[in-house]
Amino acid sequence: MTLLYFAWLRQKLERGEETMALPDNVKNLADLAAHLAARGGAYGEIFGDITRLRAAVNQTHEKWDTAISDGDEIAFFPPVTGG
Amino acid sequence: MTKVAIQAEPFDIAAEIAALSGGGNVGAVVTFTGHVRSDSTTTELNLEHYPGMTEREIARHIADAEARWPLLGVTVIHRIGALKPGDAIVLVVTASAHRKAAFEAAEFLMDFLKTRAPFWKRETRGGETHWVDARQSDDAAAKRWE
Repeated sequence: MTLLYFAWLRQKLERGEETMALPDNVKNLADLAAHLAARGGAYGEIFGDITRLRAAVNQTHEKWDTAISDGDEIAFFPPVTGG
Repeated sequence: MTKVAIQAEPFDIAAEIAALSGGGNVGAVVTFTGHVRSDSTTTELNLEHYPGMTEREIARHIADAEARWPLLGVTVIHRIGALKPGDAIVLVVTASAHRKAAFEAAEFLMDFLKTRAPFWKRETRGGETHWVDARQSDDAAAKRWE
């Protein structure tokens, strides 16, 4: 699956995109965030507190309990500030 | 008739109004233009977005607006990239037979652009750059349409 990062997440992680295989124990967005937090470093800082984050699956806003599958395009970003 | 554009270039408000005016039953054309405020020490605003999702979110909310009000045309243009104080950022134009639908739909679309369309602003102020925080008042404004 493809992971995308925007705004300060992209800056802190120093990447806007990465691909990874869906880990066996990851069923939903919250699981994926916990998996990324376990990497430590900037990932730990960012994904250790998901209350500051929002997520989208295949370009649609979704809640943290949304199921995900390999092949999904998953994006993490802060609350939006357009307009 | 709907038009959605995400672009770095400035937009021509008069041309966008003209494009939705003069059609058979169009009796009201409402426009909203958002600008970069110049009342602070902000020297630059930089907008990034999520290409693909942005267009989908905006199209979805236009379809939602069309289901709620009898609209005869909608145009949404949002700029990205580097903007200066005073620059126009966003344009919403709505056309309908009567003004109430056009006013309400324009407000509805702006509330959702603020809270759902994946744009992020980075501000340069006094030489320092930081990401702009989301405002709870924007969430409250969007909630009243639920």
